[in-house]
Amino acid sequence: MFGFLKKKKSESMTTNSAASVGRGFLVFENTSEVIQAENLLAGSGWTVRVMGPPPEIQTGCDLVIEFPLIEELNIVRELENAHIPPIQVVPVTAPLLTPVNLFHTTDFGLYLMVRAANMKITIDKKDLRIVNISGGGCPDVPYLAREMVGKTLMDVPQPRTLGHTLCGYALELAYQELCKQCSL
Amino acid sequence: MLAVVGTVPDPEFPLIHGRVDMEGDQLLISGHRVPVHRGTPALLASAVRISRTIGGPELYAFLVGDIGKGDGSRRLYQFLTQNLSRFSFEVMTFHYLQPDVDWHNRVLFAIETMKPRPVLIADAGFMYAAKMSGQAAMYDYFTPDVGELAFLADESAPHPFYTRGFILHQDNKAPDLIRRAYQNRNAAGYLLVKGKTDYIACETGIIETVDYPSCNAMEAIGGTGDTITGLLTVLRGAGFGPAESAILAAKVNRWIGRYADPTPATQVSELIDKIPQAWSTVSEMEPSGLPD
Repeated sequence: MFGFLKKKKSESMTTNSAASVGRGFLVFENTSEVIQAENLLAGSGWTVRVMGPPPEIQTGCDLVIEFPLIEELNIVRELENAHIPPIQVVPVTAPLLTPVNLFHTTDFGLYLMVRAANMKITIDKKDLRIVNISGGGCPDVPYLAREMVGKTLMDVPQPRTLGHTLCGYALELAYQELCKQCSL
Repeated sequence: MLAVVGTVPDPEFPLIHGRVDMEGDQLLISGHRVPVHRGTPALLASAVRISRTIGGPELYAFLVGDIGKGDGSRRLYQFLTQNLSRFSFEVMTFHYLQPDVDWHNRVLFAIETMKPRPVLIADAGFMYAAKMSGQAAMYDYFTPDVGELAFLADESAPHPFYTRGFILHQDNKAPDLIRRAYQNRNAAGYLLVKGKTDYIACETGIIETVDYPSCNAMEAIGGTGDTITGLLTVLRGAGFGPAESAILAAKVNRWIGRYADPTPATQVSELIDKIPQAWSTVSEMEPSGLPD
């Protein structure tokens, strides 16, 4: 059924072919499940990475989890036990898209803003309170802003526990970078 | 009448459509009250404020609750594909919706059945889907920020999350990114690029830049991109020309910032209140005045 995944190789995409030898990727129903699965697998010590799927299975807001193929049985079993089974397990035969890993920091004096991809999070330096969230275009952005603005970095729920989209995931990266810069 | 299609960050919010009014700081649509924070409600609030200020057209909204799971967006997409042919709008603006190429294409197909075909504006998630579908040229306007412009310029990125680093690094070279987006046919007829300098561009190049007044804090405030898209929707619908309406929207949005004197902690609802004052300033400076 998924043989079509092998039919096309995009040369223009960012590659990680050296690192992909013996790797596979897990496809899930939606981004929420990807985030849950990554939390579970990373927490269990598996070497996994969140990546972008090849063009053949892109729908618009996708993530997949790259994992060591030799561990397929163990990883799938763990996911099934957690009731988040992947809908497909596919060997990496084409380059996967690499998520943005660049951060941009703006110091406003009393406030500090960190941007990851298209998402920005701003805190009041005095008490580390989140004062604004901007950027992004997926529908969880206004929801994440509603849940996070006004709370401090210490007591806010992590975006990865609330978000469901790539914008939510980008906000998680910005949040982690901000925590790092604030030595949390 | 002008239409706005988007989402509300409440999973219990039903699919509604109807004329938009405002009472205090809340939107009134089809018997529902919607608080104005960021996202589509902020776009609608700015649209209503500017329309009231200039005596512009009425607003109509199609809204559904969605917190990112995509379920609400898909219900709204389905409704649109089944019902758009019986509506008539001068302008339709698509906003915070789950990017989904398949549904995007079906909605675009439904729009083609509308008489007359509306001016199409895409922002946020729907702009992502429009670019990824390869049908960007079907739109009259995209309203990206500079980061999203880099995504439009990257022909292989399906979402801003995957914009390649060497393109993302060109943040200060918006003209190059605009050129690249048009070369790859990933831009709408007009681009209104929001940033430290706003760019209004079309396929033949940059038409105008707007960089005054400037307020650095605006970048941190969630919803400032939504307000500019709301302004564009109404100004275009009120009869201003294709480029002129984008230029005016950029200018009014900047004067909103000047009058609100915001900090990075200011919320977008505080900015929307300044729209009448900002319009007054901009219209005094513009020789063209209101269209006939």
